[in-house]
Amino acid sequence: MDDLTKMVCDYVRREYLEEDDERVITEDTHLITGGIVDSFSMVSLKRFLEKKYHIQIPDAAATPEAFDTVRSIVALVHRFQKVPVNA
Amino acid sequence: MDKNSTYDELLAKVSWSAAEQELGYKPGEFLNIGWMCSDRICQIGWAEKLALGWEDFKGNEKRYTFNDVRVLSNTIAQYLCNLDIRVGERVCLFMDRVPELYIGFLGILKTGAVAQPLYSAFGDESLLVRLKDAETAALFTQAKHLPKVRKIRAQLPALRDVIVVDAGDMPLREGEFAFDMDGAPRVETFCVYPTTAESPSVLHYTSGTTGQPKGAQHVHYSIISQYLTTKVVLDPHPDDIYWCNADPGWVTGTSYGIIGPWSNGATQVVLDSGFHAERWYEFIEKHRVTVWYSAPTAIRLLMKEGLEPVRAHDLSSLRHLASVGEPLNAQAVIWGEEAFGKPFHDTFWQTETGCIVITNFPGMPIKPGSMGKPFPGITATVLNTKTYEPITEPGIAGLIALRPGWPSMIRGYWNNQVGFKKKFQNGWYLCGDRASIDADGYFWFMGRDDDVINTGGHLVGPFEIESALLEHQAVQESAAVAKPDPFHMEIVKAFVKLKPGYKPDEDLELEIMNFVRKRLSPIAMPQEIEFVESLPKTRSGKIVRRVLRCKEFNEPVGDLSTIMDE
Repeated sequence: MDDLTKMVCDYVRREYLEEDDERVITEDTHLITGGIVDSFSMVSLKRFLEKKYHIQIPDAAATPEAFDTVRSIVALVHRFQKVPVNA
Repeated sequence: MDKNSTYDELLAKVSWSAAEQELGYKPGEFLNIGWMCSDRICQIGWAEKLALGWEDFKGNEKRYTFNDVRVLSNTIAQYLCNLDIRVGERVCLFMDRVPELYIGFLGILKTGAVAQPLYSAFGDESLLVRLKDAETAALFTQAKHLPKVRKIRAQLPALRDVIVVDAGDMPLREGEFAFDMDGAPRVETFCVYPTTAESPSVLHYTSGTTGQPKGAQHVHYSIISQYLTTKVVLDPHPDDIYWCNADPGWVTGTSYGIIGPWSNGATQVVLDSGFHAERWYEFIEKHRVTVWYSAPTAIRLLMKEGLEPVRAHDLSSLRHLASVGEPLNAQAVIWGEEAFGKPFHDTFWQTETGCIVITNFPGMPIKPGSMGKPFPGITATVLNTKTYEPITEPGIAGLIALRPGWPSMIRGYWNNQVGFKKKFQNGWYLCGDRASIDADGYFWFMGRDDDVINTGGHLVGPFEIESALLEHQAVQESAAVAKPDPFHMEIVKAFVKLKPGYKPDEDLELEIMNFVRKRLSPIAMPQEIEFVESLPKTRSGKIVRRVLRCKEFNEPVGDLSTIMDE
């Protein structure tokens, strides 16, 4: 798992699950359809990504589909990054 | 209903008393929502008809006939009686959209207890406020939500039993019980408690301008309204497949996600999944949904995805579409016609009304952007804001008001009669919204009349948001107001004055946003925080949210003479 993927998994785990929630967040865990992150919470996740990776995600690209898995989130970050993150 | 009925014809033939007769109810006699939505439907010959087709985001499915719903609600009712839950006690349902939520709701009502559904995304602070106020005696939940309940349990002395519906082998603590609805011995016969029309039934918490959320107290008689408005406005036919995508933690999900459709014997399908356009269209296609009751925020999110995913699915089963929660903008109505071949019918109502009160009817011409007309049996008007007299001139904005007395009007706010009395002026019930009425009798929404924020169709009170903000170590003062948003209609924006020594930056903004989200809910989370040196206040120190809100909406701020310069 590369650093970016791990960072996003850890952030989701820390911010969206209770401390003793035993669910595991993987690259393919369904976050939106699985009810872990909803359309309102997406804003804070988007803000985190923009700040952390110095990118600007257009509203049109910030869809529930794009935020449904860590894998799709990582793809979104890569899409709007000018300089790739070190793996 | 005959979609060729004119509005005047509806007014002539639709009535609460006719609904009573259809349901076989005689005033003064036994009336129980749980029985009406299950036993009665079996008695009229629909025992083997599908009541609930459920699916989750992974594609797991469950199916329940009306007889299953009858027997399983009996089973839950008996289980609660065995736990010594008494008549009138509050039993909370704190779960995702799982079958136990829908069927458990009826089971609670069959015991004579009061059902208290709560949105499963509520944080522990939001949960605590509502459970404490209601002195809730028992609570159904799922394993994944149990940590939130455990966190606050010590502060809830009235809470005796926590029932976990999917505990499996999970170790439970004292006062926690595992209950497997599908696996429990079925209770074929249960002696339903003899509730009557005015017996308390459901407690729904709703936010206001001031103070913490209030418990809106409904009674069993509300079913008359919910049955009839479902029949006339949502129009489910015997062979229809109905989908209401509202969560039963909110009033739409109980009035029109349980009581309305099931009292009409309608088959409904439920998708336990977050929003995902492709998934939703797959669901409609797979189950051949015919009547779809959705919300403007969801419709606007679907619009954002465009027509391509629509065209990729066979949605020809859709016969009738309706919308609830916030005004449906004209563009969304028009898009619905383009996408699905028919318009979404906007419906207006609220927690306190318990049923649709102003609406667009099947077959009635829709004016895109209009709320529609009053439901037969509802007298609605707009009142002058100073005299509280009805405005008779078309096009003039006033306060939306209803003549009290329709069946599902709340009977009060829990432990808050003062707050309840404030909802009435000059013999009218005030909805808290403003509108105008045109020359054809159509209502046009203008906005809230108070500081409540309507975000994605959910009302959030500024007080609870500000209270949560003040709990953050960096926050000295705060104000929460609505800000216009193209998808959610409004979002929560917070203005924050920091304590000395704290630096306003993006990291702190994100930290505070997440802090509020976890304490309250994603809905209450400020989506934007502006750090300020001061907040507009009166001489007595009261924050004047109106000034901040007007700036966000680009409206004149009005009289500033009472605002103190800091």
